[in-house]
Amino acid sequence: MYKFLLCMRYLRTRWIALASIVSVTLGVATLIVVNSVMEGFSTQMQERMHGILSDVVLETRSTMGIAQPGWYEERIRARLGDSVSGVTTVVTLPAMLTFQHNGNSHTSQINLIGIDQKTYASVSDFSKYLLHPENNERLDFVLKQSGYDPTRKHLQPSGWEYRQPLARYRKSSVDRLLEEAKTEEKRYQELQEKIQEQQEEGGNDTAINSLMAGPGIKIAGSTEPIKVFDAETEQRTGIVLGIGLGSLRRRDAEGRVDDYFFLRPGDDVQVTFPNAGTPPRGIDESFTVVDFYESKMSEYDSTFAFVPIEKLQHSRGMLDPRTGVGSVTSIQIKLKPGTDLNAARDALRDEFPPTHEFVEVRTWKDTQGPLLAAVQLETTILNILLFMIIAVAGFGILATFFMIVVEKTRDIGVLKSLGATGSGIATIFLGYGVLLGTVGAGIGLVCGLIFVWKINDIAKVIEWITGREVFDPTVYYFETIPTIIHPFMLVWVSIGAVLIAVLASVLPSIRAARMHPVEALRYE
Amino acid sequence: MNSTTSNNPTIGDSATFPQAPHVLHARTRVTPWRVVHPDEPLGSDRTDALDSETAVSTAGPIRASDSSRDLIIASGLTKAYRRHKTAVPVLKGVDFAAERGKITAIIGQSGSGKSTLLHLLGTLDRPDSGEIIFDGARIDSLPTRQQDRFRNRQLGMIFQFYHLLPELTLLENVLTPAMISYGALQYWRNGREIRERAKHLIEMVGLSHRMKHRPRELSGGEMQRTAIARALVTNPSLLLADEPTGNLDHETGSSILQLLRQLNEEHGLTIVMVTHDESIANQCDALVRLKGGKVERLEAQYWDALPSSI
Repeated sequence: MYKFLLCMRYLRTRWIALASIVSVTLGVATLIVVNSVMEGFSTQMQERMHGILSDVVLETRSTMGIAQPGWYEERIRARLGDSVSGVTTVVTLPAMLTFQHNGNSHTSQINLIGIDQKTYASVSDFSKYLLHPENNERLDFVLKQSGYDPTRKHLQPSGWEYRQPLARYRKSSVDRLLEEAKTEEKRYQELQEKIQEQQEEGGNDTAINSLMAGPGIKIAGSTEPIKVFDAETEQRTGIVLGIGLGSLRRRDAEGRVDDYFFLRPGDDVQVTFPNAGTPPRGIDESFTVVDFYESKMSEYDSTFAFVPIEKLQHSRGMLDPRTGVGSVTSIQIKLKPGTDLNAARDALRDEFPPTHEFVEVRTWKDTQGPLLAAVQLETTILNILLFMIIAVAGFGILATFFMIVVEKTRDIGVLKSLGATGSGIATIFLGYGVLLGTVGAGIGLVCGLIFVWKINDIAKVIEWITGREVFDPTVYYFETIPTIIHPFMLVWVSIGAVLIAVLASVLPSIRAARMHPVEALRYE
Repeated sequence: MNSTTSNNPTIGDSATFPQAPHVLHARTRVTPWRVVHPDEPLGSDRTDALDSETAVSTAGPIRASDSSRDLIIASGLTKAYRRHKTAVPVLKGVDFAAERGKITAIIGQSGSGKSTLLHLLGTLDRPDSGEIIFDGARIDSLPTRQQDRFRNRQLGMIFQFYHLLPELTLLENVLTPAMISYGALQYWRNGREIRERAKHLIEMVGLSHRMKHRPRELSGGEMQRTAIARALVTNPSLLLADEPTGNLDHETGSSILQLLRQLNEEHGLTIVMVTHDESIANQCDALVRLKGGKVERLEAQYWDALPSSI
């Protein structure tokens, strides 16, 4: 009873001891903030990666790809049984994108992905990252009239609304050219007639030459109008580009983050990719941008381009001439939730041994392994470092407690003379350590949670004070800092902090308990 | 005087008490404010805490001690403190006895070992040799825990510098030994009774208006009164006082002495008091004079008045 009373009194009358646990508080708060942010960050990242990548991928590097993908699919379904929830076939290729902007040609390197519109949605959240609401439901590679994410002002107008006036303008320039060509031809005919007249008259060559050196273009051939692709009413095969391929992320004058689009849905682009021959030759095709793809994973957003798989198979010569079945380069499998990914992968590796069929089997985690491992490592190291800080705080508590024990020497002597046992006195100081640790961890917990809760506002305040960007959305593709708070993490951080405070008070407590009553009473 | 053979006392057996009539008398008068420990009444506690089989020494060069008459008996106590590898002897064979229901003064100059003797009597320290018998049982060789219990239940101690706990109020200070004695649950269960007793004691020492004050708000005399109330809260049979008036002016000091005398007379409390003040010592019932770690003289004002053999 006296132990509890004295603990509480010491806590109330010795605020300096609370100062010694400020570092515990700070450590706990920092741990909570760091863990929440890291967890939020990696969870968002994993969700996105997982959303884009299917669970398990069978891939070949053969230029011809896997022939008879249907047979493979049957074997996969037979091997994995009910755990398969979706299978789709994909052709992926390294490719080059070319587009015109302000009269210049621009190229960038892309991963060209031919997807099966019917089944791709069953393995990937792909469509939910598209800008047009109809494409979110189902992608059909058809250009829409308008309605591409109205919140982005630099994307407006787009779709047919954008393509038609542009096509009309271009067509009018072509018409003007044709008109000029016609007048030129007329002049040419007149010239011919003149030459004939002169030849009949037997004139000299120089005169003819001076007449021949007229301006303009000479169009040989017929006077029929040139047959052109009518961009005003027709579209080429649709392509969905990663948003990083068609836009620049930058800040406007007021510092707001803003995407500038130099390509819009409705623009035509050229894609150059290898055909399936040996050695492969580059072939190029024109596509019409029908939508953008924004997964907020900058790696994907700046390289992925999706086209219908049939188009690729046709252009590359991947169709079997007799059956018309197309080859694919990879087969993507989605498993039912809760299935053991690695077990499924190992089963498939067993089913398709590398000695027989040259296919590689990977889970999405294998694909993104290094990135996930790096984030994991970062979290672990930060945790270790921050616990070191709390351990340093522990030594602070140790020192403070020694001071308090020395200061309380006489009181310890008095308590012993009143019959308090050594363990009873040790309990006072241990209890004091527990109380301080609990108070410190509690305050830290509350501070940390408030920090996490208001982290975006706090980031803004820090930005305002320092003038430097804390969380740059142009880098991370997140508008706000993502956070996830795990109750389990809160519990173990708090317990760890209290434990360190208690451990730090063990030595001073033992010292207090072992104090000789006579010497303690005499202590001045 | 030589009644030891016939009256080897059994500790905790109340039948031994009639041998000292004044003690019995005192105890009956003590009863009104006496708190009986719920599970361990005072008598049984003694049986637990003290080794009843310890032989009682009667040998003493100056006065034969008698455990039926004397509450605490020390014989042949030596104690040396080690400092820088050289042993500094403080007590060189001290025999001491304090009669039940009397005030015994230990007087001597600084360094004569009187405080050390008091600490040994209070089991705060262990003698190098010799033995201490309390109420017929040896206490100097008890395990530490039992000594702690002994101090808590049987002993009250007051000091020159009062030694109140500065964080606690006057009432809480007085309650501290009771809190040490009881577990949290028992304390909670008997809280009211214990508080009543503490308040009664505070009233007795005349400080009921200061109940909620902290020690630093009290005067020296008030602090010593609080210390006395604290020493008595577990109803001990022996009060050890280490220069209780040493830090007080004459008037306050004598009021403290009066209070001690009153406690002694009304409740039969046995008091052992260390002092260096002759005038105070002369007011006591018995006087032990220490010099250089040995008993120089033993004086008893009232010994002749006592029955020679009880």
